[in-house]
Amino acid sequence: MRWLLAKDVRILARSRLLLVVLVVYPAAIALLIGFAISRTPSRPRVAIVDETPPGATVAIGSKVVSVHRYAEQLFSQVQAVDVRTRAQALAKVNAAEVLAAVVIPPDIVAKATSGTTQGRLEVVYNGNALEQSLVQAQLSSALAQANLGFSQQIQQAASSAISQLLHGGNASELGAPGYLIGLDQIPPLLARVISHQPRGPDRAALERVAAFADFAATNLNVSRSVLASVGQPVSVSTRLLHGRRTPLDTFAVVVAVSISEMFVCLLLAAGGLALEREEHTLARLVRGLVARETVLAEKAFVAAGCAFAVAFALLAGVGAFVALDWARVWLWLIALAASSLAFGALGVAIGALAREVRASSLLAFLLSLPLAFLALVPSGAVASGLSDVISAISYVFPFKSALQALDAAVNRSAPAIGGSLVHLAVLVLAFGALARVSLRSAD
Amino acid sequence: MSVPAAAEETSAGTLSVRGVSKRYGELVALRDVSFELCAGEVLAIVGPNGAGKTTLLSIVAGTQSATAGSVHANGAAEASRSARAQRAAVGWAPQQAALYSRLTVAENLRLFARLERVADPERAVERMLDQTELRARADDRVGRLSGGNRQRVNVALALLADPPVLALDEPSASLDPAQRERLWEFIKGLARSGHSVIFSSHNMAEVQRHADRVIVLDRGEQLFDGAPAELMRTAGDGDRSEIGQRDLESALVAFVARSEREQGIGE
Repeated sequence: MRWLLAKDVRILARSRLLLVVLVVYPAAIALLIGFAISRTPSRPRVAIVDETPPGATVAIGSKVVSVHRYAEQLFSQVQAVDVRTRAQALAKVNAAEVLAAVVIPPDIVAKATSGTTQGRLEVVYNGNALEQSLVQAQLSSALAQANLGFSQQIQQAASSAISQLLHGGNASELGAPGYLIGLDQIPPLLARVISHQPRGPDRAALERVAAFADFAATNLNVSRSVLASVGQPVSVSTRLLHGRRTPLDTFAVVVAVSISEMFVCLLLAAGGLALEREEHTLARLVRGLVARETVLAEKAFVAAGCAFAVAFALLAGVGAFVALDWARVWLWLIALAASSLAFGALGVAIGALAREVRASSLLAFLLSLPLAFLALVPSGAVASGLSDVISAISYVFPFKSALQALDAAVNRSAPAIGGSLVHLAVLVLAFGALARVSLRSAD
Repeated sequence: MSVPAAAEETSAGTLSVRGVSKRYGELVALRDVSFELCAGEVLAIVGPNGAGKTTLLSIVAGTQSATAGSVHANGAAEASRSARAQRAAVGWAPQQAALYSRLTVAENLRLFARLERVADPERAVERMLDQTELRARADDRVGRLSGGNRQRVNVALALLADPPVLALDEPSASLDPAQRERLWEFIKGLARSGHSVIFSSHNMAEVQRHADRVIVLDRGEQLFDGAPAELMRTAGDGDRSEIGQRDLESALVAFVARSEREQGIGE
């Protein structure tokens, strides 16, 4: 096998274009991924028209909430372009200078404080489906955050007013004259007065007033916590059942590395074997010089070796941009080696079936894209029957297991790496057997 | 007819083909072909397209197995003789040159010398470069060679292990007249040194000039086995008007046509 290996390495080294692609490809992809995930996403340009009068505020109890502050919170989520009128904003949207325009109408304060209607913002957007989706998502998020902040300020103001009514104090801001007694101070005060009153209708009336004051103080106290829960009725607590939470950026790295590894390995293994047939050398080799199994293993090893090197270089390159746990590098190597061999076995099976270099390259390419796509479809994102079909397809090809093995090695995610390695080993044998059967009639 | 290899006896000769048949499903590519090839003999396999020439040479070379019958090279009949040794006794040059186009001539020779486990690969390479007059092109990539030179490398690979039998499938098909002449000088030299040569060809002129014997195949049937002159005589026996042309090509056409008429084919 060593002479065949040496021959293939020499042929690879002489294919300058292929060699350049094998060196440049991982470097370029690593740089692209690195820059993509290490830089914050750009904010969409949005024209903002604030038609409210300068210094407009919403007063709740003793607190005053600035409309301008609300707008600032909204602007922080987008790249704001200030314009004076609605017409100017629409012109900018039409001219594609901005992706959208947000109009804060002059009556927003009146409506927000009316207690009967909501303040309403106007959003106008343009662009293609992707841009529309981006703007909608970012503006919805920005509006939700701004509304939440606004709601919290209103809730704090209301809570402060209730506290003053309950416990008393200087309530001149509420329109009360000077120091005001608190509702919770009335029952004990009345109790002392009642104790000096003779039994009769006046005492009975005072006792009814005291009972009401006690009831009102207790319930007003409860209303503060009710207000808090109305402001943010549902909070979320998350818990991961298995493994460690995988940061999206390192998962993206694992996906990119696995796809690159699969492409390189399938194309080299399938093309290498098909080339032996195209040059008619396979028949000479298997004519007692080399066993067919040896030819298949050699092609798979060469392709796996190249794919392994490319994938590791890619991973190491991206490591310059994303924090990876280098203490687990031996697990990366195991995962990459196992997946490279599985891709190599699949590649030689393709090469044995397709027989021609062009056909095998096309088949490898056509197989790679849907395999990667299907493996990345979340199980709950499609109907259960379709999900089962996708799972079955992903199970009989190595991409998903390769992805899971590398994800477990790099990110400590579930499932554990052992199961994926066993699955990859089984696939190596299965595709090796398929390649051997397909090569039976090689001559 | 199938004869078990272990049970038969092989007569003297460098190649013994006995009762070889080959079927591809319902299609019979070869039917009960038998012949012997002596040391130094040059044997031509001729016949129309689809006659089974390449199939027969592939079976002799060991790249295909026979459905029935046996092939023994260099007088080997022992059951203990391995398939690898049988194949090593036959040097094979396929119709389309089986070479690595990105390797040089010398690298191709060196690789196959090592895979053939030749005792001294470097010496074998040097010998073949001299014999095939390819020394000046030794460092040229095969992909940049002319068709004639590629074919010479193809034949050189077949001779690396110095096999006693050489199987050549249409060796001069892609060569110009001068290249063809040089190749035949080379092959005849091998025959003079004791190698047996079996080759297929559509070129009846070169068969007439260079072959000691001719086997005619048609639709997998072995119609004739004898000297070229005998084929011309046999063909002339049945049709005096055609034999008047006195060339092997006309004789072959007449002979095959008559055989098909006798078998009721094509009527």
